[in-house]
Amino acid sequence: MWNFSNIADSIHKWLNLTFSPTLATIIEMVIVGVCVIGLFAVLGLVLVIMERKVSAWMQIRLGPNRVGPKGMFQSLADTVKLLVKEGMTPTGADKFLFNLAPYIALIVAMLLMAPLAFAKDFQMWDLNIGVLYIAAISSVSVISILMAGWSSNNKYSLMGAMRSGAQIVSYELSAGFSVLSVVVLAGSLNLNTIIQSQADGWWIFKGHIPVFISFIIFIIAVTAETNRAPFDLAEAESELTAGFHTEYSGMKFALFFLAEYVNVFIVCAIGATLFLGGWMPFHIGHWEGFNHIMDYIPSSIWFFGKTFFLIFLIMWFRWTFPRLRIDQLLNLEWKYLLPISLFNILLVTAMAILGWYF
Amino acid sequence: MVEEIGTTEEGDLIINVGPQHPATHGVLHLVITLNGETIKKVEPHLGYIHRSIEKMCESLTYRQFIYVTSRMDYLSAHINNHACALCVEKGLQVEIPPRAQVIRVLMDELTRIASHELWWGAMAMDLGAFTPFFHAFRERETINDIMEETCGARLTMNYMVPGGVMADLHPNFQKKVKEFITLYKLKIKEYDELVTGNIIFQNRMKGVGYLSAEDAISYGCTGPTARGSGVSCDIRKLYPYEVYDKLEFDEVLETEGDSFARYMVRLGEMNQSIKIIEQLIDNIPEGDFQAKTKVVLKLPKGEFYSRVETARGELGVYIVSEGGSTPYRIKFRSPGFSNLSALDHMARGHLLGDLVAMMGTLDLVIPDIDR
Repeated sequence: MWNFSNIADSIHKWLNLTFSPTLATIIEMVIVGVCVIGLFAVLGLVLVIMERKVSAWMQIRLGPNRVGPKGMFQSLADTVKLLVKEGMTPTGADKFLFNLAPYIALIVAMLLMAPLAFAKDFQMWDLNIGVLYIAAISSVSVISILMAGWSSNNKYSLMGAMRSGAQIVSYELSAGFSVLSVVVLAGSLNLNTIIQSQADGWWIFKGHIPVFISFIIFIIAVTAETNRAPFDLAEAESELTAGFHTEYSGMKFALFFLAEYVNVFIVCAIGATLFLGGWMPFHIGHWEGFNHIMDYIPSSIWFFGKTFFLIFLIMWFRWTFPRLRIDQLLNLEWKYLLPISLFNILLVTAMAILGWYF
Repeated sequence: MVEEIGTTEEGDLIINVGPQHPATHGVLHLVITLNGETIKKVEPHLGYIHRSIEKMCESLTYRQFIYVTSRMDYLSAHINNHACALCVEKGLQVEIPPRAQVIRVLMDELTRIASHELWWGAMAMDLGAFTPFFHAFRERETINDIMEETCGARLTMNYMVPGGVMADLHPNFQKKVKEFITLYKLKIKEYDELVTGNIIFQNRMKGVGYLSAEDAISYGCTGPTARGSGVSCDIRKLYPYEVYDKLEFDEVLETEGDSFARYMVRLGEMNQSIKIIEQLIDNIPEGDFQAKTKVVLKLPKGEFYSRVETARGELGVYIVSEGGSTPYRIKFRSPGFSNLSALDHMARGHLLGDLVAMMGTLDLVIPDIDR
């Protein structure tokens, strides 16, 4: 039976036989790069159409239904429109930073893709400190927003950027602590090891209530970190028109947009990996027949199924809840989520030491 | 102290919300002085859609000018027309047939529900929840269909004329209104589940934009804005017109004076309107829908004033007649203008995010403020 690692191995061997080792490595890098960009574009298109369809479904509308079958090519048409649109730079803007900001947002999202395990043995970079790497790189995304807000020379943008700075930096703590609880239980920072540790049951089931609490905190915190409603204060439409990207147009705006959606995918993928077992199929104790059937479902479908379920959850939030106010947002983090996470991590550590998990 | 807060210092941020801004539904222009996120001063600038309706009315006959008033507060066009018709009838000393009176009240209350539905959706959208907007429009659409059948229009109805209403009710009217009442009672629970009970929503609304009863009176606030502060000011109760004195309904009062109180008043009013419609829908008297009036209406020399309760508050129509077929001077006392004037007082010291919560519950319709 073929799998991703066999294909990768055969390509690797063929390249090394045909070309010199240096050239082979360069070609491999290019292939991976093209794959990431392709995945990036496809994810952006799929998530945008998904968001529009989900929102339409929740709002008793049809949603896009003209371009292609059931409007499935709508986001493609939108992309073409955004590509040919003029990208304006406002006078008085810091041109260099203004044009750099969307690319930083994009690069951060791309870098975050590296350690994700999309399926069994399918990982771009099997990093032994994967969780740490993700935590470190995702912190950089706030710089692009601050940069965009500051360089736009627009008061709305500046306010949006300041809000978002306060928000992302705060919520990173809770997100970090909830991720840490799984790291403590699995005893590793390597994403692959964490997935392997869930072979007999996902952490959300094995870890009792404390891990469930950290899962909920994780979902709340990453919703805030990706600037999605109800925490979309950085681009609060009714207050700040479009917040930090008010002055952006054309493809530069599209890059922010794309980065936002890919960030949503990435945080959901991390959530699925840490708490819901990544590409591990769903097993119930000793139901051999059931477990066997579950094993037949390809691992990539398990991974994407779980990720898209979490994405749907986050979209559901967006189309249900009103927006929080900035002080309430920070209160929620510093007064409730952070103390709970701190206490929770103690519980989880005690659990891990005493071995009180399945 | 107030003076101190109101002054602009170096480092204050002055932002223009509007004339084109998603938070102001229409072309309202607010110049806001901010200290960080805290509001120091809100200064509304008007005039972007001034159409000089009052001046236009001076060159139109008493039959014609009513049509222009639909364009003032377009969400309660019926009630605007009603106020004008009442004022002209006062001058003409015409007795309105009972059927016309009941039809007018029915239409007014349907308009009130439709207006509050739209307000509910728009307010939730201001707070960042998009879905309620579509839910509200789903129900409002049925009211618009009812209006369309009887009046021929969906927004600017021009259905009320001096002496009664323009045409008789459509045969489907009673059936459709009853269907709407059933639908409404089913869906109003959804409103509470989706928005009213939401903890984020309550946190955003409670304690925000406090307006004391004294301030509400001194700023001339009327309608749900004043009733949220506990000021009893329902014209339908205090100065009943048409058949309102024979009807059983409550004036919804809340005493907290914050945005949530105003929100609850409006939701309560929708239920009261349904109560009024239920009382009338099976008891529409037979008879004429219009009193016999002359083709060219001429009001005697003098001054005439009528007041009605629109969805936003008290609408006054003041006509000065010189005895001709056109008014010498017309003045409208619109509720939105006075309600807007309280915004600065309410907003000072709050955060920018609260401003939309306050503006939402004031239910501002800009053409009403800026005639």
